[in-house]
Amino acid sequence: MPNSPELWVINLNRMFEIKFAGYGGQGLIRSGVIVGKAASIYDNKFSTMNQSFGPEARGGACSSQLLVSETKVLYPYVTKLDILVAMSREAYEKFEPELKDTGMLIYDSDLVKLKKMRPKIKLYPIPATRFAEELGNRIIANVVMLGFFTAITKVVSKQAMEKAIPDSVPERFKDLNLKAFNKGFQHEKQIPKIPKFQNS
Amino acid sequence: MRANPKDVFTGAYYIDGDVSSAYGAAAAGCKFIGGYPITPSTEAFEAFVRRAHQVGAISIQMEDELGSIASVIGASWAGKKAMTITSGPGFSLMMENIGLGAMLETPFVVLNIQRGGPSTGLPTLTGQADMMQSRWGSHGDYEIITIAPDSPQEMFDYTVKAFNLSEKYRCPVMIMSDECVGHMTEKVVIPSADKIEVEPRRFYKGDKDKYIPFPVDNLVPPMVKAGDGYKLHLTGLAHDEKGYPLLTQNSKVKTQNANTRRLVDKIRLNVDKIIELKEDGIDDAEIIVVSYGITSRVAIRGIEMARAKGIKVGSLRLVTVWPFPEKKITELANKVKAFVVPEINYGQIVFEVERCAYGKANIVLVPHGGGSVHNPDDIFHAIEYAAKERKNVDGIIEQKTNLYSLIFEKEYKLHG
Repeated sequence: MPNSPELWVINLNRMFEIKFAGYGGQGLIRSGVIVGKAASIYDNKFSTMNQSFGPEARGGACSSQLLVSETKVLYPYVTKLDILVAMSREAYEKFEPELKDTGMLIYDSDLVKLKKMRPKIKLYPIPATRFAEELGNRIIANVVMLGFFTAITKVVSKQAMEKAIPDSVPERFKDLNLKAFNKGFQHEKQIPKIPKFQNS
Repeated sequence: MRANPKDVFTGAYYIDGDVSSAYGAAAAGCKFIGGYPITPSTEAFEAFVRRAHQVGAISIQMEDELGSIASVIGASWAGKKAMTITSGPGFSLMMENIGLGAMLETPFVVLNIQRGGPSTGLPTLTGQADMMQSRWGSHGDYEIITIAPDSPQEMFDYTVKAFNLSEKYRCPVMIMSDECVGHMTEKVVIPSADKIEVEPRRFYKGDKDKYIPFPVDNLVPPMVKAGDGYKLHLTGLAHDEKGYPLLTQNSKVKTQNANTRRLVDKIRLNVDKIIELKEDGIDDAEIIVVSYGITSRVAIRGIEMARAKGIKVGSLRLVTVWPFPEKKITELANKVKAFVVPEINYGQIVFEVERCAYGKANIVLVPHGGGSVHNPDDIFHAIEYAAKERKNVDGIIEQKTNLYSLIFEKEYKLHG
């Protein structure tokens, strides 16, 4: 697979363990549902999504965990993350230890301040919330993030995402969401081709 | 009979187990849900309420769980397929009237999305500790059918099956799911109506004067519904074949024996038709992992780890937990060295496994207090432990898990 060959080579069983994390209200559970739906319904893969439930889903650190696989998902929980999408500093600090040593960290560069990282973790920053505000509504920051996530990881196809997003948002926000998705997707071209490591 | 196309929301969805179960109920022809919202089952109730107008169903939020289950029994006698949705504490409140449902041979379905207990326990987290309650919760003698699905797709399929079984045997059927399955989101494919088999209600259509509601020679007699003009007396008291309670002691003893015997026999004589098991690699296995619900999915990883080490492990998944597959366990006990039973409680179904093994195989329990699923390592260690040669059969051996050693490093004090 293009662009992130390491991720695919390491994953012999083609199983990706992904976590979307941030504050409650940033649309992280919705992000999990959209990617899961794109993968399982429009890409014909298998996916299982589990979400944090209870008071933390309504403020505080909130997350959804997603498994995307070429084969049936048997064990339904994530153990070591391939990809962490962090949309708040708190979430980053809480879940960074769950990342594999060769994992990918996709984060909102305005909201997350990195600590010292393990050397082989690939870093992909995007100012998603700022982009969303520029588009007119910060509520779609998660969709900007999803565009970037799709372009970087190739876990789901762009076509599948473009079908899954309109399915999952209110009618009147469809265009705005697709615009946000493309904004994030295009941002992949702005970042250096070789992934950034903290110590390089 | 095939499902009514109006009731079936055909398509591919990405939904959680709760919602999937509500769609399953609709597809099975459920026309009434009386419930009282309780985490983690609320999503199922909500999903049904949202779709109720499409299928011409009624859903009522009752004043509490006692009212909910009573309304469901009433709806069933009004001729509609009915269900209630609840979780641990609500399930406890429903027990008395589940007995009434069994006594009156009423078909209905109870969906219990189990959470940690006892009492209020863990509202948002998982447990599997209501399994014995589903069988023995109400007082008196009766048999019940309990199903434990392990994925959102199965929540759909087995909710339909639960309705079919309840109509077929005229008894309450429990779907004992858990928070993990209820809140797990996966792809669910709902087939078209002509691919879904549903069991219609069997109504009595004979002479109005000759109607006998509870004939002693018929295990599952046809029903009538309120408003059809039949003379019908329904009571929780021990009743004769016409449904009336009797006054003299002799006749009470006689009818009680005739009546409750039927409640038990209609299930016991049909166990082979009711029981559904999923087996994997049990032919040459020396260890069998017996599991149900979400634990069966977690156990798969433990089993894979053990197989990688060359241990011959098979998996027996109980899709229907009650009636218990006694014959199968006994048959396997003669062949295998041990059964490993992981469950999210401190031992419930493991006692049934022990009972049916007749002391011929070791039993290793992998307990978990609830709140999360097992660590697959714990199940693997239990398999490894069981695979070591043991001559004595010690009864149930409780495997100390990682969680256990993390919390209880010191010995308990009994007093002070």
